[in-house]
Amino acid sequence: MNGRRYQYHIWQTSQGLPAQLKNALVACMFGLFCLSAWGLIEVDRLSTPALSERYQKLVAEYRCPKCQNQNLAESDSPISVDLRSQIRRLLEEGASDTEISDYLVARYGEFVLYRPKVQASTYLLWLAPAVLLLLGVLIVVFVVRRQKRGASAIPTELSDSEREALQALLKQADTQQDTAANRQEAESK
Amino acid sequence: MDRIKLFIPLMIFVVLAAMLYWGLGRDPNAMPSALISRSVPAFQLPELGQLQLADDGSATALIDEADILDETLFLGHVSLLNVWATWCISCRVEHPYLLDIAESGVRIIGLNYKDEVEPAQQWLAKFGDPYAQTISDPTGGLGLDLGVFGAPETYLVDHLGVIRYKHVGVVDDRVWRTKLQSRYQGLVDALATGAE
Repeated sequence: MNGRRYQYHIWQTSQGLPAQLKNALVACMFGLFCLSAWGLIEVDRLSTPALSERYQKLVAEYRCPKCQNQNLAESDSPISVDLRSQIRRLLEEGASDTEISDYLVARYGEFVLYRPKVQASTYLLWLAPAVLLLLGVLIVVFVVRRQKRGASAIPTELSDSEREALQALLKQADTQQDTAANRQEAESK
Repeated sequence: MDRIKLFIPLMIFVVLAAMLYWGLGRDPNAMPSALISRSVPAFQLPELGQLQLADDGSATALIDEADILDETLFLGHVSLLNVWATWCISCRVEHPYLLDIAESGVRIIGLNYKDEVEPAQQWLAKFGDPYAQTISDPTGGLGLDLGVFGAPETYLVDHLGVIRYKHVGVVDDRVWRTKLQSRYQGLVDALATGAE
């Protein structure tokens, strides 16, 4: 009952508008609603689940040539949309992963590979993490060993000459203490 | 030895600073084309000017078999292949300059990339046509084979149809003088001496 009155109320307020304008407004609002569907036009379903799985893996592995920090799966740029559709086409035609990779590299270069091939120009890229890790381990080992050696290098035993020097120092301290004590005694008297 | 050790942080700093400074000057969008020194991919596409709108205003019909262009278009001349579209704002920016260099005798082939026929024809009628011929590639298939990832892009193609250089972005006076002109002239001169 309540809801009906509410509806009626809306009708009342918009009644002032001419019917044509009202229709146009409704059409506009409907059109705006439809706009949001535009982003979902791309149909990326493949004929078999196995192909879909390969497709999802592949598009995550290639880099969008236009927007360089996104992969093909993430990017909405027209070129990524095109490349995705090409990958779907190639998959449906039965192309292997290597063939798809070759297809993309032939057109856009090694650049599109987020996982580049291991070759002379990419040795640095592939080996750098291992080399840096090794370097880090070496530095740690070096530092730890030096610290150990440093600690053990502190002698626990005194040499003869050191002992003599120590005795001399202790004796000197004793005599100094004695003289100081004598002086105090004399002053107090 | 100990004294040298003191300089290690400074050395690291200098190396790092040099690398970062070098990185500052680099264009992160620069991407070497995979097609340098390779032939223009095979294609069969209509010439834009020969396309006509059908009566229903939608489809485009080709008039003559002879108006289908293919990669032999590039044989015998040194050409620029300019990828453009009416939706591409930078293409509008470089358009007057293309007219200039076309007037100075440079052969430019247009590739109308992922565009509609009618607006493209109107564009050339309105702003002038710098292209010796324009390939119409509405689906972007040739663009994809060429490794185009956004208009405008300009390829330098020699008289054997081999791509020699690619410039991504607007061709203006600076780009022409620093990047394209000498290469273009070199190819033209080589062709002229070879032909004699």
